[in-house]
Amino acid sequence: MNKLELIAMLKNECRLSKKETAIIVDLFFDSMSEALARGERVEIRGLCSFCVKEYESYKGRNPKTGERVQVAPKNLPFFKCGKELKERVDY
Amino acid sequence: MTLTKAQIIEEISSKDGFTKKNSIEIVETLLDIIKSTLESGDDVLISGFGKFCVKEKKERRGRNPATGDDMMLSARKVVTFKCSSKLRDMING
Repeated sequence: MNKLELIAMLKNECRLSKKETAIIVDLFFDSMSEALARGERVEIRGLCSFCVKEYESYKGRNPKTGERVQVAPKNLPFFKCGKELKERVDY
Repeated sequence: MTLTKAQIIEEISSKDGFTKKNSIEIVETLLDIIKSTLESGDDVLISGFGKFCVKEKKERRGRNPATGDDMMLSARKVVTFKCSSKLRDMING
């Protein structure tokens, strides 16, 4: 399922216009992105939580060529599955 | 600071045309669609944010870290998340 399909489904279930639904779905994911960009945690009970993890620089390998490269330090969102979702997916 | 569902609902209801009650209902429906989709084994791809995938894990031999006992971990399904390059750039920006 992609974002457009999600919007279409939500639109039908909540009897909203396509435009309104798109605004809400964008607002939902944009506010999570913005919080993570500020380095904040995100917690959506039942679905998942995210925190920003800092990774230090390390020596890696280019998997295609096998060449050794120095990987720069980076921040990545760390996903943790919520309890309800975890139980529903693995019944 | 932690961003929670309540704050997202607050932000949606601050937009014209959505009451608080309405916003709660819409967000809960949105979350339920996402959860049901993953439950059915389908991935959820949100362009610009990331992809929620359902992965099947095989049975494997593990260890109880507290007691050190060997144990068999059964086959299971887990949800993984792959961050989009746009979100990654925002976080490292």
